[in-house]
Amino acid sequence: MARLLSSRWAIVLGLGLVLAILPFLFPSNYYFRVAAIVNIFALAAVGLNLLMGYAGQVSLGHAGFMGLGAYSVAIGATHFGLHGLAAAGLGAVLSAVVAFLVGRPILRLKGHYLAVATLGFGLLIAMALTNEASWTGGPDGMGVPRLEVFGTRLRGPDTWYYISAVMLLIGVILALNLIESPTGRAMRAIHDSEIASRVAGIDVASYKLKIFVVSAVYASIAGSLLAFLNGHITPDGTAGFLRSVELVTMVVLGGMGSVIGAITGAAVLVILPQALTIFHDYEHLMLGLMIMASMILLPRGIIPSLLARMRGGKS
Amino acid sequence: MSTPLLETENLSIAFGGVKAVDGVSLKVQPRRIHSIIGPNGAGKTTLFNLISGLYQPSSGRVRLAGEDVTGLPPDALARRGLSRSFQNLQIFFRMSALDNVMVGRHRHEKTSLLSHVFALPSVRRENARSREMAMELLARVGLADVAEKEAGSLSYGALKRLEIARALATEPRILLLDEPAAGCNAIETEEIDRVIQSVAQSGIAVLLVEHDMRLVMRISDEIHVLERGRTLVAGTPAEVRDDSRVIAAYLGTFGSQEANRAEANRA
Amino acid sequence: MPELLQFAFSGLTVGAVYALVALGFTLIYNASDVVNFAQGEFVMLGGMATVFLHLAGVPLPLAAALAILITVGAGLALYAFAIDPARGSSAVTIIIITIGASIFLRGVAQVIFDKRFHALPHWFGSEPIRIGGAAILPQSLVVLFGAGLIVALIFLIIDRTLLGRAILATAANRLAARLVGIPVRKIVALSFALSAAIGAVAGILVTPITLTSYDVGTLLALKGFAAAMLGGMGSAVGAVVGGLLLGLAESFGAGLISSKYKDAIAFLIILGVLFVRPQGLFGKKNVERV
Repeated sequence: MARLLSSRWAIVLGLGLVLAILPFLFPSNYYFRVAAIVNIFALAAVGLNLLMGYAGQVSLGHAGFMGLGAYSVAIGATHFGLHGLAAAGLGAVLSAVVAFLVGRPILRLKGHYLAVATLGFGLLIAMALTNEASWTGGPDGMGVPRLEVFGTRLRGPDTWYYISAVMLLIGVILALNLIESPTGRAMRAIHDSEIASRVAGIDVASYKLKIFVVSAVYASIAGSLLAFLNGHITPDGTAGFLRSVELVTMVVLGGMGSVIGAITGAAVLVILPQALTIFHDYEHLMLGLMIMASMILLPRGIIPSLLARMRGGKS
Repeated sequence: MSTPLLETENLSIAFGGVKAVDGVSLKVQPRRIHSIIGPNGAGKTTLFNLISGLYQPSSGRVRLAGEDVTGLPPDALARRGLSRSFQNLQIFFRMSALDNVMVGRHRHEKTSLLSHVFALPSVRRENARSREMAMELLARVGLADVAEKEAGSLSYGALKRLEIARALATEPRILLLDEPAAGCNAIETEEIDRVIQSVAQSGIAVLLVEHDMRLVMRISDEIHVLERGRTLVAGTPAEVRDDSRVIAAYLGTFGSQEANRAEANRA
Repeated sequence: MPELLQFAFSGLTVGAVYALVALGFTLIYNASDVVNFAQGEFVMLGGMATVFLHLAGVPLPLAAALAILITVGAGLALYAFAIDPARGSSAVTIIIITIGASIFLRGVAQVIFDKRFHALPHWFGSEPIRIGGAAILPQSLVVLFGAGLIVALIFLIIDRTLLGRAILATAANRLAARLVGIPVRKIVALSFALSAAIGAVAGILVTPITLTSYDVGTLLALKGFAAAMLGGMGSAVGAVVGGLLLGLAESFGAGLISSKYKDAIAFLIILGVLFVRPQGLFGKKNVERV
């Protein structure tokens, strides 16, 4: 079982099955909506996990890239009349370019310096989205025109559930490809020992930057999907500090270095507040408690702890 | 004689006014084993860190096959064919032994990030090739049967050899080994001895820091004695062994088992 | 000219608050290597608790004293329930824990208090004093004077008392401190209590001018961190100087360039410091050893 959970095709097959079966269990559109949100945040978390779990670099500003993806779609369609898909593509390219430019200096930093620098970067993006009201509608946000493909308007949450599920599946397959490749080995090597990696000929800075760019593209595409699904976006809802913290928590809670972990973390962090909507006023309180409790009680994350238990049980 | 593969010229570095390495010049030729010995704190590891680009020298030059590589970072040096092991082990502990060695293949893997993301056939071929070469190297250092084990679970002696295998995977022109036999038992030391000699025979230049004097005296073509960062004596094992300054330095400064071993070797 | 003087005064006032936040950061960081993102929440708690106790009829001085006690309690609880159990975790894990604590405290404030902005009465009236054409609120002087007093007190404690020596020893080398019998965990707990108190006082002093609400903490923490980095992580003098400089930079930036991106200045400073002089103005350079 432990071996199964960590083999590449088992992960893809299992995830595909779950995503295909779930709709039969959904009693209402509300469930499709929540599940779509899970898929979207899972996609971003899978990307961030490449950076945090494999390359060992933290980013507390990753929601900034979600914001870029979301607003690219909204602004592209509203101000430039671009097709939604083209705008999403441009958003991904923009995020990659921004990540490339910002990542080069930022990724030289380590530990809390890196954390604070990325956090500051994320806040700058959220600040720009809030301040440039003529483009973004300011703190209240802006509407996102419905995506139209081959004359069909994509609207219902069920439609977006399937789209986001396919995107998540693709994202997972590509992430697993990367992990099993020479790049993946280099990332894990950097995580274990930067000195040994450099002596083995790995250009550490260039790899950190590459993975930062890849993870930014994941976040951007997730942001675009979120914009399409919601039809309305705000700076705080896409790029805010809390969003960044949530993304990091998803990765750490699920288990750094585990693709399934990132998805699990996203599911927990999206679904739990939904289940606790009765405590609406207690949202921050619960989120804070959850973050602290998971870091203290499950420092390795859900999935790795589970795997360790299974392996332990076997031997 | 042809251009040496590695040449240092008056290499020096100071930490807070203390010269840890002071004007060291040496030349290493392909196929030769060049050893550096000296008491603890003589600057042997610091010299390695200077040559492999982890430290920037305060003055002096490093040349690799005639090219001035002073101040280049370690990864750039690795891509030019310089590889090393570490006294206090730098292992990728959470990766398998096989993956550790495969990382060493890095500079020979030419496929791009995009081809990795889409797992193109070229990547699969490259992975297979790297795996095959890594397995060969693991077999060469006697670790084939633990290839799939997580490196963190291996014994100290095995890790020492794993590091050598990883360094060899880069196909270096010069290999720097920092105390490869430290903490190893007699059998493991013999194995390492055999590997070093076969490495040199395959045309690679070897620069060795080692405390095991018997090993050093047996396999070295040339020995460089450091004391307080300076070159004390350099020459063939026979010359170094009979040099009164070396005996004085060894007996005078610490009279340790190494000196006793050196004594034993003389007899 | 009067404008520049005006910018300088308001910059120094805000800067004094940043300096206190940065000083709190530094105390905890020195004692435990923890970067405490909940530092801003201490400022918020100090202000909000005073406001609500005052509204409940408690006289202002007593309300302020109680608010400091409450905040110190929160600081100690943070250490005992969130930081101490996670001893030995990675820097990133600890950062996330303190961010969690920050969100949690914010959530608690939102439930216990409310989500609106609140003010406190000015201590000596809100009639501005005119100096060289600039108008200065008496409360600004209170903030500056109060901050100066706290800084002096902290320096005195560190310099002159046995406790201060224990803190310094712990900061220099935790293991060695433990070996010579210093109760390191108590010292760390104390550093949390002390920085909570400093934060609370900052909140109480500045709330009459800047107002407070449940969510002012995050930005304050970041700016305090920026100030600490500008001064050099771990340097108490640096924290104070860094705070004042950051306040001045913001005030002049907002006055002379644009107030729209005033809050961005702190991050630009963080990034600038990190790339130009990572050890900050007063920090010591570490040599990385292999």
